Amino acid sequence: MIAELAVPFEYGYMLKAMWVSALVGGVCAFLSAYLMLKGWSLMGDALAHSIVPGVAGAYILGVPFAAGAFFAGLLAAGGMAFVKARSRLREDAVIGLVFTALFALGLVMASIWPTSVSVQTIVLGNILAISDEDVVQVAIIAAVTLGVLSLKWKDLMVTFFDENHARSMGLNVDWLKILFFTLLSACTVAALQTVGACLVIAMVVTPGATAYLLTDRFGRLIVLSVAFGAGTSFAGAYISYFLDGATGGVIVTLQTLLFIAAYLFAPRHGVLAARRRRIEALGART
Amino acid sequence: MNLHPQPAPAGTDAVAAPGASISLRNLTVTYNNGFTAVQDASFELDPGTICALVGVNGSGKSTVFKAIMGFVRPAAGEVRLCGLPVAEAISRNIVAYVPQSEDIDWNFPVLVEDVAMMGRYGHMNFLRMPSRADRYKVDQALERVGMTEFRKRQIGELSGGQKKRVFLARSLAQEGRIILLDEPFTGVDVKTETAIIALLRELRATGHLILISTHNLGSVPDFCDRVVLINRKVLAAGPTAQVFTQANLERAFGGVLRRFNLGGEQLHDDEDPRGVTVLTDDERPLVFYGEGKGQPLAADNPPDKKPS
Repeated sequence: MIAELAVPFEYGYMLKAMWVSALVGGVCAFLSAYLMLKGWSLMGDALAHSIVPGVAGAYILGVPFAAGAFFAGLLAAGGMAFVKARSRLREDAVIGLVFTALFALGLVMASIWPTSVSVQTIVLGNILAISDEDVVQVAIIAAVTLGVLSLKWKDLMVTFFDENHARSMGLNVDWLKILFFTLLSACTVAALQTVGACLVIAMVVTPGATAYLLTDRFGRLIVLSVAFGAGTSFAGAYISYFLDGATGGVIVTLQTLLFIAAYLFAPRHGVLAARRRRIEALGART
Repeated sequence: MNLHPQPAPAGTDAVAAPGASISLRNLTVTYNNGFTAVQDASFELDPGTICALVGVNGSGKSTVFKAIMGFVRPAAGEVRLCGLPVAEAISRNIVAYVPQSEDIDWNFPVLVEDVAMMGRYGHMNFLRMPSRADRYKVDQALERVGMTEFRKRQIGELSGGQKKRVFLARSLAQEGRIILLDEPFTGVDVKTETAIIALLRELRATGHLILISTHNLGSVPDFCDRVVLINRKVLAAGPTAQVFTQANLERAFGGVLRRFNLGGEQLHDDEDPRGVTVLTDDERPLVFYGEGKGQPLAADNPPDKKPS
């Protein structure tokens, strides 16, 4: 039985999948701590879908997928700005319009020019079959992001908490925001490999949301979030060995289970804690 | 500047207070959409002053703040703080800003002491690692505003007055010589208002320059030395007694204020020509006049009607 459980660790591709997933999960979770606080959660989703044609195009042309994704990301941002400036549509409509348009384009491209990478791989991810070159790209993105965030997390926190104060102490707020969104785009690309375009949103929202229910300190929130993200991603890749694929699905399911647990049982912000407080308050009155 | 009664540990590089000044010379700010929010505004403020920046919504109060903090580039004219250009003054942590309560996300996962510590970030290295001196100054700042016992609370769990005091503590920890307060009395009870004013007076005594944007007119003569009345242009600037007059206020607020006039036969039966005028904006007082149970008075000019 125990020998059976250790089987995934004996395969090189499984080890690779587990470690890459953990790395990507951890970095995305770091970003999620910021993203969910600003009400920008769906931006991650829009971004992930928008870069699909870029990734497809990159595989067709044989260039690094990160380059294609970056190009598509720029196209999406530019397209949204352009449509918004020249119409009276609301922002959510513009985002919905542009990102689905690009996503559809990506699907069409991948069906017309079948390549080494299938539509399904882009949409659902396939970490178990990730190539060594892609591992290198993902590892570089994750390492750089992790490094920058570790150095700048406090500056980003002040910027997101109180922009005016951040400016009044001489921080370059615009530069920090651009930095954040660049890192977010890069990590979305990396996560595309692990869980696919559809589930990237979970990677950049759920761990942070879970940690938010468990602490009132931003530093701890980041630590918890990264631990959840990395842990669930590693475990998800491991479990998917026994379930035959669907790594992304398993990872996100694990993250959701953690979230539900926190939602119910969090010591201060959980549903049960609130209920207990209410009963105590009622009891004190009678 | 002797803010701290106890001896401070080594390495506390307190900014010397003397010389806190603001100087606006012919400042004009035009936004990208072509709207000129402030035109040709000039005023000078000296250390040890509490000055109220008074005007209706949209009169350019916040644009003046933005110009002082360097967020907007003047189309013409200049701002100097302590004799320095704005960017230089900002990099020396000369300006501390106390935001409006509406501008803060109170669900943000930070504790009271974390917010106060943010005031020290500008003094730290680029990793923002607090030193012993930083912690000491945060302790002092929290003590001064009476928030020490709440330091481990998440900021959303505080009352309106406590919330204000947290951000005052941050500006104290920042040790800015110039302190900007954006509508500090909105949503604050009278007790807290009194406490805040007492603290501002202490800061004035230690040479700070305090600029308050407010439309809470009633408290201005109580504690402000100077007043700047603004409506895109500076309508009047100077000592409170000279500037904060009924004529100037009516000019600054036009039809936005409600006005109650009590005088002549309404008030008394002799020939005394004096009258009582109550000016008020969104907090609408109910004014009674008479013996015992008086009749409520209606405002002369409800805000929806332009005065003739």
